[in-house]
Amino acid sequence: MDLSSISLTLLIASLMVAATPILLAAIGEMVVERAGVLNLGVEGMMITGAICGFVAGVETGSPWAGFLVAAIGGAAMAALFGFLTQYLLSNQVATGLALTLFGLGLSSLLGQGYVGIKAQTLRRVDLGPLSDLPVVGRIIFGHDPIVYLSLALVAGVWAFLRYSRAGLILRAVGESHDAAHALGYHVRRVRMLAVLFGGACAGLGGAYLSLVRVPQWTEGMTAGAGWIALAIVVFASWRAERVLIGAYLFGGITVLQLNLQTAGARLPVELLSAAPYLVTIVVLVLISGRAGGRANAPADLGKPFHASA
Amino acid sequence: MSELLELNGLTKAYPGVVANDDVSFSIARGGIHALLGENGAGKSTLVKTVYGLVKPDAGTMRLNGSDYAPADPRAARASGVAMVFQHFSLFEALSVAENVGLGMENPPGPRDLGRRIWEVSHAYGLPLDPERRVGGLSAGERQRVEIVRCLLQDPKLLIMDEPTSVLTPQEVEVLFATLRKLAREGTSILYISHKLEEIRALCDAATILRGGRVVGECDPREVSAGELAERMVGETLTAPKSRNASVGDVVLDVAKLNLPPVSKFGAALRDVSISVRAGEVLGIGGVAGNGQDELLTALSGERLAPAGTIRLEGTDISRARPTARRRAGLLCAPEERLGHAAAPDMSLTENAALTGTVRKRLTRNGFLDWRRTRDFAQEVIDAFDVRTPGPQAAARSLSGGNLQKFVIGREVLQGPRVLVVNQPTWGVDAAAAAAIRQALMDLASQGAGIVVISQDLEELMEISDRFAALNEGRLSASVPTADLTMERIGLMLGGAHDLEAADA
Repeated sequence: MDLSSISLTLLIASLMVAATPILLAAIGEMVVERAGVLNLGVEGMMITGAICGFVAGVETGSPWAGFLVAAIGGAAMAALFGFLTQYLLSNQVATGLALTLFGLGLSSLLGQGYVGIKAQTLRRVDLGPLSDLPVVGRIIFGHDPIVYLSLALVAGVWAFLRYSRAGLILRAVGESHDAAHALGYHVRRVRMLAVLFGGACAGLGGAYLSLVRVPQWTEGMTAGAGWIALAIVVFASWRAERVLIGAYLFGGITVLQLNLQTAGARLPVELLSAAPYLVTIVVLVLISGRAGGRANAPADLGKPFHASA
Repeated sequence: MSELLELNGLTKAYPGVVANDDVSFSIARGGIHALLGENGAGKSTLVKTVYGLVKPDAGTMRLNGSDYAPADPRAARASGVAMVFQHFSLFEALSVAENVGLGMENPPGPRDLGRRIWEVSHAYGLPLDPERRVGGLSAGERQRVEIVRCLLQDPKLLIMDEPTSVLTPQEVEVLFATLRKLAREGTSILYISHKLEEIRALCDAATILRGGRVVGECDPREVSAGELAERMVGETLTAPKSRNASVGDVVLDVAKLNLPPVSKFGAALRDVSISVRAGEVLGIGGVAGNGQDELLTALSGERLAPAGTIRLEGTDISRARPTARRRAGLLCAPEERLGHAAAPDMSLTENAALTGTVRKRLTRNGFLDWRRTRDFAQEVIDAFDVRTPGPQAAARSLSGGNLQKFVIGREVLQGPRVLVVNQPTWGVDAAAAAAIRQALMDLASQGAGIVVISQDLEELMEISDRFAALNEGRLSASVPTADLTMERIGLMLGGAHDLEAADA
């Protein structure tokens, strides 16, 4: 095994790219869950975003148009979920699972003519001399804009929930929808907005896979990333900074095990492939176990709200 | 004194029931106005209309001389109407300051808000720490949060929905002093309760609702409590019949029971000792969260107790499961009707089977005998005047009082040796509460031992022979109720058990 072939700089730079789709989906889902809604359809919204973004990217030649359409596509799926669960009061778990199956089917239908095509991808942001700095230049200043957008989203969500009044209302709705309703807040409206935000984020995450990371369309290309995003939200105890840690940890192990495979590590490939999932879950379980775990869950998570006053 | 709020012909109908029918009355500026009525009389709908949560079908309101029709609670708050809810509208995971801020239209910045909460809460004798999480506060402290939230908005009208049901007598005194101070400063208060003595002590006007209509207005200071009750219920209430005071042997004996708390908001039981004789009612008072749930689950068998601590008629049942305890004759009716005492989405017949199977022999060869079960459910419905279409109705569809009569009746009709009830008349109207109390006393006079856990002290004074207070998981020595004053009870509830320990 030749470990010297693994460059730490490149490893860190590529783990950020590998983690970005999951980070986007997870931060969106975290907002949804803080508002008290459990949307298990992240995988379906991601893959819908992936195909919508890819089609739009190919047809217009602009990856930016691709990301925009991906966000709209993810949000449209989320709107469907929101309408069913918030207005027709369908079961959130069943509806979310159905959304995933629907998204997988819909995406392979939409993607029929697009297998094997390459789309225009995003260029890295060129920060001139900064990007040419050794090590730091490649890790901090050498990424495409979506990586920076995802980090800005994490910081923004963190500040929104912690400092803004709208964020307080969102948390209040997730803690006790009856009390929020009694105080005159619009529970369904807040939840719909959160669900739409979560869908748009998941769509962006999916498009990042098909437009930047791979960049190609293959059926089922999200390969469980949406489920990992869901798990990260839970084990991150619904906190933005821990979502970031979880996503980058997952991305890091993913990249590391790929590097180990090419470096010829004498471990079964299956074990290496499973490593990101195992390590992420174990680490986050340890973190959340120490921090009181589920005690942090929004109290009304997944409970249907009906204004019967 | 001029009028602050006038209601004119308010009417609100829901499918199948008219909640408010042509309700008109007015509230004086700086007055404390009582709204009296049984459950289902339309009090809640009426105050929700004033607070903008319900839109009336007909009728108008005038506030301060101008038309008032709030679209939502925010509009009501903007007009100077604030409300303290019976079931607190608080968020347990948020801090006091965040909870207060959520109830305000334009809250100041966090630092200002914290300072103002501290100032206002101390000015009105309701001290609060703005940084604490609401989840760790007692019921009385939670109510302070609600009140302070209202006071920070300088309300012209403060609506209080059954505010004293969770308070100790001392806390009630503090609350009343605060309300009187507010009224002197010109705030009108609309006070909803069915505790008549409190209304007579506090309010200067009263409107009585029955079946959605106004059936009377009076000055509660000039009318007796009995008269108020009769106008509220529409019939003459009979005080519980006294019964022969002959008591028999000890049927339930709990010795030095220690148990950890059920939840992180509960209290551990510490050296709890109880002895109940046949034919006797033991009342256990105390503010919720002081070990009531722990005591009930230990007695019912939902949680097993250390061996040798609980004896029923001399037999150690500490390690027996609920069904075995039922067979032995120890029955329980927990506080939470929906979800603990009864399964909400199951029919009354099915709910009857859930606890009645063993003692009423509702199975045959291991299969439920549905006919006998239905007959048993019907028997409960008839004997306790449960208003329902029939035993096939879902438990959820019954009103609180009717379901409570059903779950108490279900246990009473099984002929227990010992019956333990927690909050038997919580949120139940006066007539149903009287029926339930009577049933418990009748059961005692038939020779059963009864343990009543309740926060309603008047109820305990009325029906129990002996009284003990539960405070932070410790149970005081029991005292004959005849020897007690409200003041003494307050001291016992505060934890001053041993001032004059009088073991009965």
